[in-house]
Amino acid sequence: MDRAQQRMDEIMGRLLRTGVILAAVFVLAGGGVYLGRHRTPVTNYGVFQGEPQELRTVSGIFHGALALRGRGLIQLGLLILIATPIARVAFSVVAFLYQRDWTYVVVTLIVLGLLVYSLLGEHG
Amino acid sequence: MPLAQDKLARALPGRIELRRGTRIALNTIEFTALVGLGALAAGFLGALTGLGGGVVIVPLLTLVFGVDIHYAIGAALVSVIATSSGAAAAYVREGYSNVRVGMFMEIATTVAALVGAALVLHLHVSIISIIFGVVLLYSAYASITEHDHSSVDGGPDRIATWLKMDSTYPTENGLEGYHVRGVPQGFALMFVAGVLSGLLGIGSGAVKVLAMDKAMKLPFKVSTTTSNFMIGVTAAAGAGVYLARGYIDPGLAMPVMLGVLAGSLIGARVLERAKVKVLRMVFSGVIAVLGMEMVYNALK
Repeated sequence: MDRAQQRMDEIMGRLLRTGVILAAVFVLAGGGVYLGRHRTPVTNYGVFQGEPQELRTVSGIFHGALALRGRGLIQLGLLILIATPIARVAFSVVAFLYQRDWTYVVVTLIVLGLLVYSLLGEHG
Repeated sequence: MPLAQDKLARALPGRIELRRGTRIALNTIEFTALVGLGALAAGFLGALTGLGGGVVIVPLLTLVFGVDIHYAIGAALVSVIATSSGAAAAYVREGYSNVRVGMFMEIATTVAALVGAALVLHLHVSIISIIFGVVLLYSAYASITEHDHSSVDGGPDRIATWLKMDSTYPTENGLEGYHVRGVPQGFALMFVAGVLSGLLGIGSGAVKVLAMDKAMKLPFKVSTTTSNFMIGVTAAAGAGVYLARGYIDPGLAMPVMLGVLAGSLIGARVLERAKVKVLRMVFSGVIAVLGMEMVYNALK
């Protein structure tokens, strides 16, 4: 393995670790707020109702987290977690561009497009 | 007994069903603590045995805590991303994972994860539970049967060569080269892995390893680390859909994600090969029982 590749791998490893730690910090902080304020009985998880808009769209989640709501902060942490592998794929696009490996630039762009669609697309 | 179509719907949430009919009411803090402890144990055992913690989260939440399977799948997917990303961070630097194979196969797993997540809308809960049960039984079976991992190098393959998949990996004798084969078969198996991941909220590591180890003839260590590398991306594709659809509940996902993550980190620290074999048998047994319970409950 050449040194450029090794450096890429190191950056990728650091990227993944940072994403997971950042996500855990937000989830933990949000959990503290949530448990501190949530004195009502447990949410009814046995019947599926679906989350409100503010907990399922990217803009809604940022809004809730900025207002320091517990559930909003947790959801922001989970959003960071979901974004971590996506950032890893985005970084791979750059890495393959750097290596002038056009086949894999296309391959990674396809994967990246699918991931962005899953996060931002409309899903019934 | 009420004629409910399944126990999952009947069990009142936030109340643990110890034996059928016996329920304990819990407040939010107690519920969070118990779910967190369960997730911690699942992550710990999953890391120690290499089976992954995600696979027992859904049965734990639905069968023990009476959580609706959609919320359970959402929470499990999130925990799968956390453990995969954490582990991949360590592996990628060691030079085992084959990034090109991983990336190319992620086309199959991400498309399939989207298909799996879309299927959830159309399949009845009992069908999902039965598929889940069968996958659990297969995982248990696959983990206790010893495989011969000495893959024979079949020489260069046209498609794999064109896709520049052949690579090297570190062995005791320094870097050793290997050839990749069976790209179409591997791709098809990866599609199955992706559908299961999006449908059930699991990492599908067992199927991914099967695709690379058996169909594509990659060295075993390369297969397992590349699988781990891919699991996070596959799970992220499913999780994006689940989040947008409102299946990911913060109050439930919080203890699950933190518990599984902490458990798997502790598990990776205390990993001792010698004692793992017995533990692996026990955990496989637990998974098999949960699998049968899922099928039994769905059929009832």
